[in-house]
Amino acid sequence: MNKVGMKSVGHGIRKIDGMAIATGKPVYTLDLAMSNALVVKILRSPHAFAKITTIDTSTAEKVEGVECILTFKDVPKERFTLAGQSYPEPSPYDRLILDEIVRYVGDEVAIIAAVDEKTALQAMKKIKVEYEVWEPVLDFEQALGHASVVHPEEDLHCNFDIGLQKEQNIASSYNEEVGDVEEELKRCSVIVEDVYYPQAQAHAMMETYRAFTSLDHTGRLVVVSSTQVPFHIRRQLARALQLPASKVRVIKPRIGGGFGGKQTGSLEAFAGMVTLKTGKPAMIIYDRKETFSCTTSRHAMRLKTRVGADQEGIIRAIDIQVLSDTGAYGEHAPTVLSCVGHYTLPLYNKTRAVRFTGNAVYTNKMPAGAFRGYGATQGTFALECTVNKLAEKLGMDPTEVRLKNISKVGETFLTGQGVLLGSTTLERCIEKGKELIGWKEKFPSRKLENSKVRAVGMAITMQGSGIANIGTASVELRLNDDGYFTLLSGATDMGTGCDTILTQMASEVLEVPMNHIIFNAGDTDTAPYDPGSYASSTTYLAGAAVVKAAEELKSKILEQGAKFLGVSVQDVEMEGLTVRTLAGEEMSLAKIAELTVLGTGKLQLVSSATHGMDISPPPYVAGFAEVEVDQETGKVELIDYVAVVDCGTVINPKLARIQAEGGIAQGIGMALYEEVIYNAVGKMASNSFMQYKIPCRKDVGKVRIAFEESFEPSGPFGAKSIGEVVANTPPPAIVHAVYNAVGVRVNHLPITPEKVFVGMQKL
Amino acid sequence: MQITLTINDKLVIWDVEKDEILADTLRSHGLLSVKKACETSCCGLCTVWVEDKSVLSCTTLSVRAHGKKITTIEGVSKDAEDFARVLTAEGSEQCGFCSPGFVMNVLAMKKELVNPSDKEIIHYLTGNLCRCTGYMGQLRAVKTYLGVQ
Ligand code: FES
Ligand code: FES
Repeated sequence: MNKVGMKSVGHGIRKIDGMAIATGKPVYTLDLAMSNALVVKILRSPHAFAKITTIDTSTAEKVEGVECILTFKDVPKERFTLAGQSYPEPSPYDRLILDEIVRYVGDEVAIIAAVDEKTALQAMKKIKVEYEVWEPVLDFEQALGHASVVHPEEDLHCNFDIGLQKEQNIASSYNEEVGDVEEELKRCSVIVEDVYYPQAQAHAMMETYRAFTSLDHTGRLVVVSSTQVPFHIRRQLARALQLPASKVRVIKPRIGGGFGGKQTGSLEAFAGMVTLKTGKPAMIIYDRKETFSCTTSRHAMRLKTRVGADQEGIIRAIDIQVLSDTGAYGEHAPTVLSCVGHYTLPLYNKTRAVRFTGNAVYTNKMPAGAFRGYGATQGTFALECTVNKLAEKLGMDPTEVRLKNISKVGETFLTGQGVLLGSTTLERCIEKGKELIGWKEKFPSRKLENSKVRAVGMAITMQGSGIANIGTASVELRLNDDGYFTLLSGATDMGTGCDTILTQMASEVLEVPMNHIIFNAGDTDTAPYDPGSYASSTTYLAGAAVVKAAEELKSKILEQGAKFLGVSVQDVEMEGLTVRTLAGEEMSLAKIAELTVLGTGKLQLVSSATHGMDISPPPYVAGFAEVEVDQETGKVELIDYVAVVDCGTVINPKLARIQAEGGIAQGIGMALYEEVIYNAVGKMASNSFMQYKIPCRKDVGKVRIAFEESFEPSGPFGAKSIGEVVANTPPPAIVHAVYNAVGVRVNHLPITPEKVFVGMQKL
Repeated sequence: MQITLTINDKLVIWDVEKDEILADTLRSHGLLSVKKACETSCCGLCTVWVEDKSVLSCTTLSVRAHGKKITTIEGVSKDAEDFARVLTAEGSEQCGFCSPGFVMNVLAMKKELVNPSDKEIIHYLTGNLCRCTGYMGQLRAVKTYLGVQ
């Protein structure tokens, strides 16, 4: 399929929910909750690691207006994971709804439900808990073999071998080597190595976590939740609450941002328990402090890299060793770890040997989880910083080193099991980015009049599009009795615009205007199965499912239309909401719909499709940063950021651009400002927007996005993905620019003025 | 205690607790556009107008609003829609959760600043955080709306 002459695809169409959410209409979880819902609050552990010896709720229960208080004694004893992943989840089953052992400051101790918030908080103060306090594991570099074991319990288990060794505090390990890295490095004329520390980053979505639960008219549990993964939440709740999944319905309304945070379950089970116990509707809202300190963050990591090249600058060996901090629970621990390698090693395919090894370790801190970029962000930071260092040692322009080494269409890479690269314009992205930032004139740096220096830096990155062999999407499409269409999907728009993009694709294939298609998504009772929106999969996988279903329905409509018009199907086409014969006779879709549903012997026209792929085609970004560094203070100002994106065909240029701009801003935050910090006893110190700074309008400088479209043969209309890949380049590109400005390499994110200043003193 | 307010041009008498904040009072009376995201005066999501000036309703006590004129986005729906049309044409609303506060502050700015520069716009709106869009698209939309290309 080609974009030329298309009516919806390729156009910057307004989002179908845009006006409602831009004018404050009540369409989010809390707006939909019943006003009589019980308010649920959580009593949390003040200790990083402890065992509850006694817990007395009797006084608290007497507070008027308290409906129920639950402790570890009251919850099912079946361990589960909150990771929103397809079954069987790779993440370890290491959680209970409430546990006798608390594993981080903020871990849940008791659930309190009352008629209002004040009553719940008053009751919370009256719960008496005594703890046996244990020595916590706080430094992830000391976790392996620490005297304390974060998960001593017998019943912790995994669906398959992920290299878990609980006595060692290892949640998961990964080892992959192709060729002999040590031998190959010996043959390289230039070798560079370093150690990198990408930090824990908070998602900081504007809508904090929240869910509203009730029982429906048949006694089933209905959960309205701000989640990216309604079907996974349904399965999790079924397991955690020991119910058949058919007794649970999960509805995702509009959600106020996710960024992967809402790919991990959080508070749904707490409200769900209360509703099951009391039979009453219940509402739970995490405030900003709980959102910062009692959910998940990006995995903090230590990455040791070695890269070797020949004299021409051809990269021959890459070695990456990872230590990942998964915190108190192992949500997404094995998969984020493996993605560090999966989404970096294929960038450079002239290698003769690559090795990627690592452990994800348990510590007594808030768990890490899924976060936009999912390991690729951390891996890109380490590898791209190393390649920039390599270029310097080779005396080559870093963009030239990339151009010499990147994978091209039709090529394979060492760990790629023979899969050929279907599409890439990364070369053009790099060229275009150089031109836009003014690389030739500006690289590496120039001194300004005052004490300031301006410099540029760059990095490239890739991601996937869906998860090969696991990711899937199903949709159903029908022609309604009035000639309009309903498209049912389990995809979860979290502001990303996928409801609009999927409607655009259906409209293109069906040749009907978008407003003739009702898009209904995110309700496990009505939607066909979809794992949810994560892993950069929705446009690529759900989009392809939509195309398949729409093509099938269109041919059914043509067939029926031809029959009613008394001609053969070759002699009709769809045009302007009608089926028309070559001779000009026509029948409207509304008439066809009516004739196929009314009366005896009829069959409503419907179609469905399920789509999964055995590959995950990479989108690419080339990112370029220009910074101004004050040599007197170490302050870094971002002047300009250029990101050139290959996401395959751009389905909606306006929405793609915003995705890219937003992802870059999040990357800028990670590079310059954001860091989850703990104090000496393991209590999070960065639990409000006063301590944890996300970029504001003044911090992003100028961000410019350009697209270099490729055509991905396996994607719908040639599309790949864009959601995650855009977050990865700012940390390494900005680190590079700062180095080019003042000669200080900041390997431990974020780049604070202090680190730059201290670094300059040491030069 | 009882307070008297003019909410979106309608006179109301409401019972509030002494320590109740305006954002909660407004929501509990069905003005669901009002959103909170920090409760520490950091994010701007809870912006409403008190006496036609932008105010953070998460840190305004409801009793302090006694006798005052309060405006939420529900009360300026026509202007809000005019701006929202530009914002959505630019594709620069993502999750939309920050919109009500952001839109109220943009409308306040329109009344206050004549022909503002990029710098003035950015400065005026700095207190309105958005985690999704990266701000550039919002700036394009604001400039189109104000006609200051
Ligand atoms: S909720 Fe009022 S400023 Fe954030
Ligand atoms: S659009 Fe999501 S926070 Fe602004």
